[in-house]
Amino acid sequence: MKKRRFFHLAWVVGVLSVFTFIPMVYAISDAFKQNIYNIGTLKPVDSVLKVKVGDRAPAFALPSISEEKVSPGQYRGKKNVVLSFVPAAWTPVCSDQWPGYNIVKDIFDQNDAILLGITVDNVPTLFAWTNQMGKLWFPVLSDFWPHGAVAQKYGVLRSNGVSERALFVIDKKGILRYIDVHDINKRPPLEDLVNALEKLNK
Amino acid sequence: MKRVLMGFFLSIVFSLSVGLSAFAADKPPQKGETLPVINLPIPKSPGEKSYLGLSGEGTFKIPQIKSNVVIIEIFSMYCPYCQKDAPRINELYSLIENDPDLRKKIKIIGIGAGNTSYEVEVYKKNYTVPFPLFPDKDFVIHKACGEVRTPYFIVVKINEDGSHLIVHSQLGEYPGAQPFLELVLKSSGLR
Repeated sequence: MKKRRFFHLAWVVGVLSVFTFIPMVYAISDAFKQNIYNIGTLKPVDSVLKVKVGDRAPAFALPSISEEKVSPGQYRGKKNVVLSFVPAAWTPVCSDQWPGYNIVKDIFDQNDAILLGITVDNVPTLFAWTNQMGKLWFPVLSDFWPHGAVAQKYGVLRSNGVSERALFVIDKKGILRYIDVHDINKRPPLEDLVNALEKLNK
Repeated sequence: MKRVLMGFFLSIVFSLSVGLSAFAADKPPQKGETLPVINLPIPKSPGEKSYLGLSGEGTFKIPQIKSNVVIIEIFSMYCPYCQKDAPRINELYSLIENDPDLRKKIKIIGIGAGNTSYEVEVYKKNYTVPFPLFPDKDFVIHKACGEVRTPYFIVVKINEDGSHLIVHSQLGEYPGAQPFLELVLKSSGLR
């Protein structure tokens, strides 16, 4: 009986082992040519959230690539704010996330929302990287120094110093209404964010 | 113990055989080859169904499209070059559709690598794409096509007996509607 169980266990482990080692797939735009650094498959989430839906969103102000400091607080009472943390510039999935948001400004507008893109890279790196995406309509913020301080505040700084791939929706009153700390290896489906934005107005 | 080891070995073989059929290609489809097995859903829209010469429901394979040549664009809603090229690929569609002879012989489809149905619809609406686009949410087709960067173009010639051959493939570098059409006509032998 024990042997049979062990046999079944070995079978299951064998099947799982193959799928565990499937390399990460992504569709990199030719816009980035050969400049994307393949980081392989990572632990899906490697941090502990410090905020929850219903909390007041932690305040911050970060430098943007247009040199102005940007804070979600400046939109209080005017716009809903989406924070899009992506792990790092010049990496596979991140490079194919914001260019999609760049063609749906109308959806953000319809939902009275602004998008703030954030990584822990420094401003010159973000400048060079986002230039490959075309002209972005939303601010791109650098959480470089003190390193990852904002990601840390929200509880999305991973142990290796990059942030999670995470989306936070903050309403006009400054309250967190949606949080998606996504598997770092995958891009969050756009419709999930759009549904969250549409719920704000219901 | 032997049985355990045998079980483990069989499981590896089984997994590989199942897995490889879905994600194997280590290079993009090349000229002179046939397409990997790609199953696409028959469009619900009567217009798109009629464009592709399909009927009924379920899935179809690209060589079943009623046409002499099919141009496949592997794109992504998230790809800046695909976005930039989208209006010029629409021009290619118009060039073909405005030619009474060519419109029966050349069809275009797009496959959204890693894109959900919603994301493909966003792209279609945003760029008013007139030809059928299909989602490839889990990268199944993208993997079967050697995980190409986007946009990637594949031109397939379909013979009367239902067999087919890739006559051209290229990564990006879309030259514009007229030069690309000429390339398609030449490589497929249509003109």
